[in-house]
Amino acid sequence: MTPLAGFLIVAALVFAIGLAVALTRRNAIMVLIGIELMLNAANLNLIAFWRFSPHPEALTGMMFALFSIAVAAAEAAVGLGLVIAYHRHTKTTDLDAMPRMKG
Amino acid sequence: MIFGLSIAFWITALFTVAGALAAALLKNLVHCALSLTVTFAGLAILFLQLDAQFAGFAQMLVYIGAVAILVVFAILLTRGAGAPEYRIYTSSWLAGIAIAAAVFALLAWSVITSLPAGAGSAAPDVTVLSIGQALMSTYVLPLEIVAVVLTVALIGAVIVAMHDKGDAKTHEQKGGAQ
Repeated sequence: MTPLAGFLIVAALVFAIGLAVALTRRNAIMVLIGIELMLNAANLNLIAFWRFSPHPEALTGMMFALFSIAVAAAEAAVGLGLVIAYHRHTKTTDLDAMPRMKG
Repeated sequence: MIFGLSIAFWITALFTVAGALAAALLKNLVHCALSLTVTFAGLAILFLQLDAQFAGFAQMLVYIGAVAILVVFAILLTRGAGAPEYRIYTSSWLAGIAIAAAVFALLAWSVITSLPAGAGSAAPDVTVLSIGQALMSTYVLPLEIVAVVLTVALIGAVIVAMHDKGDAKTHEQKGGAQ
């Protein structure tokens, strides 16, 4: 197993766990946590491919990962704001109890 | 060295995956947020092992410093702390696990079968100076767009989470102000 393969396998594991969290948990905040795990796994892939690329000094993968971190932070803020707003209307964060997303 | 990878890598990988698994399995949401922080820290250390110092410390600042705190605040604001009184998994959890396992199997299979890549070159000479110069020259347009995206997300999150006009509390606050 090459070093790149090791990092990619770890990223795939974290991604699969994040996907399972997002698909199976009932709490909306846990779904957001799963999405964060998946985004982080993608970032690890980007950095690993950047490190083992022929020209790492071009910084392409590194920049992609940095912008991805920034967009993920924005996504977390908006997602958690939505969950808090929904909780104020219905007093629940249970996804099975929110069949419609009207305000 | 195990399978061509250092002991430090295996320890960090173990912590990262164990944290993610704990976040998936624990009942108490605050415990989930804490194990999520362990995963974020493990990923930051993996970034450092990949000679991406700037990305590693950005990961620590943004995820451990901001996103984890945000998640804890959201859990406490929605009274999600403590063990829930209902099942923590949806009724379709079996399909979800099957999909996640299939995705992992596909990813692992493609990684293992399609990598003739070598052991990697020497550590790249990438400093914060070169990253800053690249951000200010080649990537200045994406940088400005990300700045706009972050501003819009900040304002949008505040507006979404703000009290509505018809809310009783807002009326009280208005009445107090008048």
